[in-house]
Amino acid sequence: MQWLRKIARGLAAPALLLVIWQGVCEAGWVTPQALPSPYAVGLKWMEYLLPGQAYDPASQSWLMWVLSGELLRDAGGSLWRVIIGFLVGFVLALPLGLLMGANARLREFANPLIQVLRPIPPIAYIPLAILWFGLGNPPAIFLIALGAFFPVLMNTIAGVSQVDSIYLRAARNLGASHSRIFMSVILPAAMPFILSGVRIGIGTSFLVVIVAEMIAVNNGLGYRILEAREYFWTDKIIAGMLSIGLIGLAIDLAMDRLNRHLLRWHRGM
Amino acid sequence: MKPALEFQSVAQSFTTHNSHIQVLASIDLTIQEGEFVCLLGPSGCGKSTLLNAAAGFVSPTQGKVKFRGNLVTGPSPERGMVFQEYALFPWMSVEDNVAFGLEARGESKDVIQPRVAALLAKLRLTEFATRWPRDLSGGMRQRVAIARVLALDPPCLLMDEPFGALDALTRRSLQDELLQLWSELGKTVLFVTHSIEEAILLADRIVVMTHRPGKVKKDCLVALPRPRDPSDPAFNALKQEMGQLVMAEQHAFENAERLSFTAD
Repeated sequence: MQWLRKIARGLAAPALLLVIWQGVCEAGWVTPQALPSPYAVGLKWMEYLLPGQAYDPASQSWLMWVLSGELLRDAGGSLWRVIIGFLVGFVLALPLGLLMGANARLREFANPLIQVLRPIPPIAYIPLAILWFGLGNPPAIFLIALGAFFPVLMNTIAGVSQVDSIYLRAARNLGASHSRIFMSVILPAAMPFILSGVRIGIGTSFLVVIVAEMIAVNNGLGYRILEAREYFWTDKIIAGMLSIGLIGLAIDLAMDRLNRHLLRWHRGM
Repeated sequence: MKPALEFQSVAQSFTTHNSHIQVLASIDLTIQEGEFVCLLGPSGCGKSTLLNAAAGFVSPTQGKVKFRGNLVTGPSPERGMVFQEYALFPWMSVEDNVAFGLEARGESKDVIQPRVAALLAKLRLTEFATRWPRDLSGGMRQRVAIARVLALDPPCLLMDEPFGALDALTRRSLQDELLQLWSELGKTVLFVTHSIEEAILLADRIVVMTHRPGKVKKDCLVALPRPRDPSDPAFNALKQEMGQLVMAEQHAFENAERLSFTAD
């Protein structure tokens, strides 16, 4: 009952928005070209979600047919790019961040460079990305990796360099080797910072994938909403945007779950 | 008697960007095997610095620290440290904290498990074995920290105001528990405190330190029979005597504070 009430409360604001939106459209204050009604968007969404062709048992399995809708293929394409791009950025940033966090001299050496590169939005790399990688997935992955790289790097550095020295003294006193101190003390102590970097990094990846798809590839949610604009399918643009919002929400909830599990020892979790 | 911990002309100074601070000046002190020694003094007398030198966290600017005849060059589990802030690893359960040193030493599970279970039982922590440190009260956390150090069976315990953050009742019961462990296990203990009563209650010997630079002001044996009773007149006479010694240093500390404040 508790959770049902919680969900109902959560849905109140979106429901209110839908009512106002539908009212505005019914009243004829906006053209359907500029803003189609929620009902029209909903219809388009179903069409976008459901398979385009009739079911044919000879050519494909039932499951493949159910999943053959354009929306699912686009969402799958975007998610795949986010995952690959994020992993590339993460795998590069984590060890570098751990090294820089643990080594003050390396940090001083690399910090000026990082501070200059960090504020450049990944979007600004689009021309370079296309020059270097051409069109298709490679430039998109490059841009997404770049978006994930800096948040993970900065947070990992902060996490490692701010480990309370009393833990290090206690571990040394108990006879722990350097590698054990690193794995059993520094890494878990830095974990809250690293995970918040991961969360920001995934968020950035998700922003960048949409832009990258508008430029470099011909599927994915970003591509689809730009394509819909070419045909003045405003309903499909909005359906695509809402899909992006829902997927972003799902990713964030999943990250929250992961955080809660990994940081279950942490105060306030 | 055999010397366990020896400080030979130990001096310690720190240089910050605008000042040079002499924290310890020429400390000569020998602690015998099995002895319970309290370092007593006001804040800023360098008693924690001396303890850190014994632990091997810092090496003294001058002089030597020796343990059982060997020069102390770094931290070692043979000189187990108990911190005022407990320093438990919050991401490990109580039992994992206690097992940490044994795992670092490369012991097998067959050795670790019974040893950890026995220590948890001894310190009345068995039912909290799988809890996180954050779920425990201060007194229980400090008992976990003591168990963590005892797991490696160190001949010497270094305790840096271990009960300083606890309420009076918890403090009393931990003091009793520590004395119990000490008489049972026969460890050498070097215990830093600024509580006169705590020092008299616990120690075989009290070393009073001066305000900066820290020197040994008085080194005296506590002749009271154990178990000691704080309401005993002899206890109170000693408390008064120690109180005068320590308060003189406390005033020196307060004057120095005031001076540095006006200098700023």
